[in-house]
Amino acid sequence: MTVRDHAIDRDALTLTFVAEFAAPVERVWQVWADPRQLERWWGPPEWPATFTRHELEPGGEMRYVMTGPDGETSAGWWRMTDVEAPHRLAFDDGFADADGNPVPDMPVTHAEARLEDAGEGTTRMTLVSTFPSREALDELAEMGMVEGMSSAMAQIDALLADG
Amino acid sequence: MVVQTDALTDDQVDALFRALADRTRRDIVARVIHREQSVSALAERYEMSFAAVQKHVSVLERASLVSKRRRGREQIVTADRDAVRLARKVLDSYEALWRHRADQITALLAEG
Repeated sequence: MTVRDHAIDRDALTLTFVAEFAAPVERVWQVWADPRQLERWWGPPEWPATFTRHELEPGGEMRYVMTGPDGETSAGWWRMTDVEAPHRLAFDDGFADADGNPVPDMPVTHAEARLEDAGEGTTRMTLVSTFPSREALDELAEMGMVEGMSSAMAQIDALLADG
Repeated sequence: MVVQTDALTDDQVDALFRALADRTRRDIVARVIHREQSVSALAERYEMSFAAVQKHVSVLERASLVSKRRRGREQIVTADRDAVRLARKVLDSYEALWRHRADQITALLAEG
């Protein structure tokens, strides 16, 4: 079992995912740093990814295309906001059109991955996804509303269970 | 990133997030899940105008989280439980995606 923990933060629009891997930090960093390795795991089930641009450096850009089971494609972009090899990377992740250009008005997710030595040659990777978008969060923060969309979901779940 | 949900387009997901990002609207959903209510009964609960509450209900309606119907002079708001469950599913699908990715990374690392 590699997944150690997962949690939806009840106070922020974030989802935290913690996994441990039986390999040293430098090796796990390679699954992000090497585009051929990255595309082996980034795509959801049945949607393999191909990275056509891969700049793992602050301000760097990534482009990828995923191909679905019926041959349909879905393209995406990353904009690297932080890269500190081999321990930390963060990026905005959004949708792109067929030419790889970011599509405006589509949700943008922010992701941050931290890699730590967990002893005995293992690595703990903590992934925090913030969604739906930075812009939306700024907008929501201005309105004083960034608290617990997930917590509302939990309340709603409880209500559904009651009734 | 592809969020795989059975019945929602990306636009619908976006509408859901926007609808639920507001405290008053979440509160309205929570109340009407419990029991359907008129817009005027809801309006009494909040320190805002009837028109403002009506506007919030419209946003929820566009996201298909609630529906509205007339009963005499009143407008009755009802929660769409299936839509609310789907919203929950969107959050779950992000988690499932990362589980899948962690499994793929494990397989990749096992190759040496």
